[in-house]
Order: sequence, then C-alpha cells, then structure tokens
Amino acid sequence: MDVNAFLDGFGLVTEPQNLLYCLIGVLIGMLIGVLPGLGPAATIAILLPITYSIDPVSAIIMLAGIYYGAQYGGTITSVLLRLPGEASSVVTVFDGFALAKQGKAGTALGIAAIGSFVGATVSILGLTLVAPLIAGWALSFGDPEYAALALLGVLLVATIGNGNKLKAMIAAALGLLLATVGRDSFSGAERFTFGSLQLTEGIDFVVVAMGLFGVGEILYNLEERHGKPHVPAAVANIWPSRKDLKQSSGAIGRGSLIGFVLGVLPGGGAVMSSLAAYATEKRISKKPERFGRGAIEGVAAPETANNAAATSSFIPLLTLGIPANASMAMLFGALLILGISPGPQLVDERPDLFWGVINSMYIGNLILLVLSIPLVGIFVRILRVRPAILAPITALITILGVYTINNSTFDIFVMIVFGLIGYLMKKVGFEPGPMVLAFVLGSIVEDGFRRSMLIFDGDPTGFFTRPISGTILAAFVLVALWPAVKAIRARRRAATAAAAPTDRDHVDTPTR
Amino acid sequence: MTMSDERTPSPDQDILAEIQAEVAHDLEEERPPAGGPSYQVVGALVALVVGIGGAVLSYGYGLGSLRQPGPGLWPFVVSIAIALMAAALLVVGRRLTDSEKFTRSSVLPAVGLITFVGLALLMPVIGFEIPSLLLCVVWLRFLGGESWRSTVITSVVTVAAFYFLFLYGLRIPLPHLF
Repeated sequence: MDVNAFLDGFGLVTEPQNLLYCLIGVLIGMLIGVLPGLGPAATIAILLPITYSIDPVSAIIMLAGIYYGAQYGGTITSVLLRLPGEASSVVTVFDGFALAKQGKAGTALGIAAIGSFVGATVSILGLTLVAPLIAGWALSFGDPEYAALALLGVLLVATIGNGNKLKAMIAAALGLLLATVGRDSFSGAERFTFGSLQLTEGIDFVVVAMGLFGVGEILYNLEERHGKPHVPAAVANIWPSRKDLKQSSGAIGRGSLIGFVLGVLPGGGAVMSSLAAYATEKRISKKPERFGRGAIEGVAAPETANNAAATSSFIPLLTLGIPANASMAMLFGALLILGISPGPQLVDERPDLFWGVINSMYIGNLILLVLSIPLVGIFVRILRVRPAILAPITALITILGVYTINNSTFDIFVMIVFGLIGYLMKKVGFEPGPMVLAFVLGSIVEDGFRRSMLIFDGDPTGFFTRPISGTILAAFVLVALWPAVKAIRARRRAATAAAAPTDRDHVDTPTR
Repeated sequence: MTMSDERTPSPDQDILAEIQAEVAHDLEEERPPAGGPSYQVVGALVALVVGIGGAVLSYGYGLGSLRQPGPGLWPFVVSIAIALMAAALLVVGRRLTDSEKFTRSSVLPAVGLITFVGLALLMPVIGFEIPSLLLCVVWLRFLGGESWRSTVITSVVTVAAFYFLFLYGLRIPLPHLF
C-alpha cells in the first residue's frame, strides 16, 4: 500500500471544503434514512447533476456520504415507528420496536449508533488494506475477464435481491438492451435511434437514473403515502449502560465481520448482511426466545452489519469498476460524468480520489456518531414533517436538476418517460434497480464481448479456457441455475415430507 | 409460498429462512392489494414485445459473424434472451402477487406527471419561477391536502430558495423571468 498517497488522502479530506461536503452528504443521508420514501439510490440519482458544478473529489465524497449516512438514519424509524426507513433496517424492527415499547428506545438507538460506527470503521480499515491488493491483482484483467465480471455483477444483483428472480433478470436484460441505443462505437451504425438526432449519442445515464429511480419513486410515493401519520415516541437517555454495551459487544464484533464479507459480494450488501447477522446472533444465543422481544443484540448485530456492508460494497466499485448495488451504480455513473472510469487503475491514476473517498468515510462515520447520539432528538423531530411538504421540493430538485445537465428540455422529457416506466414497473412487480445497474454496465459487457471475440478469432470457447474468465463464467452459470436447482430440491423434499408427515411435524415445533 | 418450500434440512438455514419469511410478511402488511393475473400477463407481454421487436430491429442492423461481430449481434442476443425469459414468465408468473392494483389514488401520480410535463413545456417560454410555483401549489394543496396557508408559504419559500440556490449559489443559468 502506498502510505504517502493514503496520508495525502487524509490531507485532502481535512480541507474545509471537503469536510463541508462530507457533512452535507451524511446529513442528507441521515435525513432520507429517517424519512420513509426516497431511498439512497434515488437520492443520489436526484443529486447527480450537482457533480457537474462542484469539485470531483468533493462531489464523490458527498454522494458516498449519502449512502452510508442513510444506514444510520434508517435505524431511527425502525425503532420508533416500526417503519424501516431502509430495507437494511427491516430486521432491526423486531427487537428495536420491542425495546421501544419497554421504554428503552434510547438504549436501542444508542447501541445501534455505536454498533454502526464500529462496524463501519472495521470495514473501512478492511477496505483500506484490501482494496489496493485487489486493484493490483485486477490490473492483469483483459477484455474477456471484464465482460465476464460485468455480466456476473449484473446477474448477482438481479438474483440476490428480493422479489421474483425471473422478473429481475428480465429487467436487467432490458437494461443491457437500453445501453445499446445510439451510435455503435465499433461500426458507427445507429441502433434504435429511430432517426432522432438526440438519441444518436445514446441515452444519458443520469437522465435514465433520475427518471427510473427519482421520478419513479416520487410518483410511487405520491400514491402510497396516504393516511400514515407519524408520531414518534419521546426518546430519553441515549447513552447505553455498561451492561448493555457488554451484552452487545459480541454481536457488534460478529456483525462487523459478517457485514464486511457479505458487503463485498455483488448484490449482497446491506440487506442480506443484516439478516445474516441477526440470524447468527439468534442461533448462537443461549436464550434464542429473547429475540423479537427486545434483545439488545437483535438491534446491535444487524445495525453493525449493514453499516459494515455498506462500506465494504465500495470495494468492487473502486477496485474492479463493478458496482455491487444500485447506489454504487449511481456513484459509478457520477464517476463517469467526471470523466473517471472506475477500475483497477483508479488507485494509481487518481490516488487523490481513491484515498480521498475512502478516508472521508472515517470522518463521515465520526460525524454520524456525533449526529446520532447527542443530536438524535432533532432527527426524531424531523419525523413530524409531513411528507406532502417534501414531495414538491424533491420534484422540483429533480426537474430543474436534470435540465441543468445539458440545458436541455429534451432531457426533462426523457426523464419523465423513464419516470413513468419506473412507476409502471413497480406497479406490475418489476424492480427498476437491476435495469439501471445493467444499463451502466451494458457497454462494458458489449465492448468486452466484441473485443474478446476479435482476440479469440471468433471462437467463444476462449472465454472458458482463460482461467479467470472461465472461473467467473462458471460462477455465472452456477448462480443463473441456482433458483431452478433449489426449486427441484424443494419439490423433492416436499414429496418426502408428504410421505412422512410425522417427521415434518417434528421439524416444525422447535422453530416456531 | 408455504414455509416448507423454503426450508432446507440444516438448522442454520432454518433461522435465516424463518426471518426472511417474517420480514416478507411484515412488508406485505404495508402494501396495497395485488393486481392479479392480468397485471402479470400484461407485464410479461410488454417484455415479450420489446424482446421480439429488439430482435427484429437488431437483425436488420447486421449480425455479422462471431469472428467479425456486426452492430446487431449483441442487441440480438440480448433481445432473444428477453423474449425467452418473458415467454417463460408468461407461463410461470401468472400467480405472482408482487403487482399492485391501480386504485383511485393512482390519479395522484397521473396528475403529478402532468405537472412535470407542464413545467418542462412552460419553463423555456416563461422561465422557471411561475411554473414551479404552480407545481408546488398543485402538489401541496391538491395532491397533498395541505391547508391554503401552508401551501402558499411553502410554495413561495421553496421557489425563492431555488431561485437563489441555482442563480446565485451554484451560478447555473436556468431560464428565468425575473
């Protein structure tokens, strides 16, 4: 690891301007985490135009802050309202709300904040040590490896998320198709432009993301948020007792590791790791029946893990140029706007940006710890702001923001069209996330595929005979077929269970 | 989906599956009623049409050969994949419950969308201030059910804030009247 570059990164972060943007980022993140509705990916999408007008490093520091800040904010609504602000805080609801009912909301929030801070910091340390190694290793990747890796990334994001796998894969494939709109970079032929001059340059990623995520979610929320008044309980005594801390220290330690490891996997990230960490605690606990009735570990473990995972999900983006989830896809897009293509060369070519972003997370998490322990009362009060007041403000930010990118009203209309598509997709049960991610990676997959075919002289088996791309593609096939394998196994099990019903009853009793 | 389908023999998987089911159940309570098979069929059909249309168009762009891939080869492959998966969805996905019924409150997003279009049309002509103000009023008063007092104050403050933020703070030239 280049220690000088690492230290220079700290110098950069402590510049007042960058500190300010870091603060703004985590504040916005925490706010949107607290307010149900817009998620971090949508918020980053809406704020993408700002990257055109401020310094690149500051911009990325701010957008990254939104992402990990949202993980802290999501806890507050889970504990106080039984309403997870973020998907990764859903399991926190079980024990967090139970604690709140016992008048221990403050303890839950305090432990969650400490766990979040520890988890994130452990994960940043891991990121600091591991990222340069992975980047160094990935420098030897060629076109076939990139094509395979990007394809695997798309598939993992599509299949690991919640919801129907087939639908997610269709959405991802649609994203790949969408990425081909415009002039073909190899032959100069125009594809799917239908004679439109504006479409020859392809569809702007920012416009698509702002439409599908931003406008789509704004419209969706407009319909859904009726008749839900939020009146949080009062919160007293945030500082957890020594006993609480001792009781949850194991959960925080294990949560950090689980989060770090699962966060690196594409598509894994915060949601899966919070579930896994909660399950681990319940499994090793001597009194598993406490869980769901106000066990402090049940708050500590998932909150630690989701922050650790949020942090480590930066690894694939910064080292391989493969975004691991929708929010990372937004950051990927932001980097592309700035003329930086994320990948293994980033650490050498733009050490300022690489280390600036990583080191900003140490400071960002410190700010979040301060915000979420002494200042939690202020955030609780924000819950009283009616969503109806915020809706037109986000709508205006989106429309005016997208206009400023190219001073073009055409972009506004494209965004509106994608907003409508995003809204309708949600109505018929398609998630727009895989589509946006595949759209970002589309040109990497296609260019890699076509260049590889030239290298291999038209022989597609070349992908499989190269060790790294072969391994990646083998993993791809495994993941793609996994749902089918699981379905067959489940059916076989169901058949055996039907044959021996007494045995099944025996299995059911201890778990419920 | 029954619980036994999700279950695997090992007790480790058991707890995770149980929690996942519980989470899914929790989220279910928050959601409006599912749309039913017709929603699923329409969704799959749209994907199928896009897949077939994409395949036909990309065939026209020239597939080339594997040695010399033409501009149409990759979109053709992707389109075929979409069409195949959409066809599969048409068969197996009819009973899915992940869609959401259009209800009377679906009028709200429709109105919201119209105000978006209105702002986009009017902004180049008369600047962003008046259309933005109108958008705020519609969203607050008619879509959000705010009182007139709250509507007027929020709208004026919001538009003024954007005016100063964009024109003076970020120095981005939005079309403006004043």
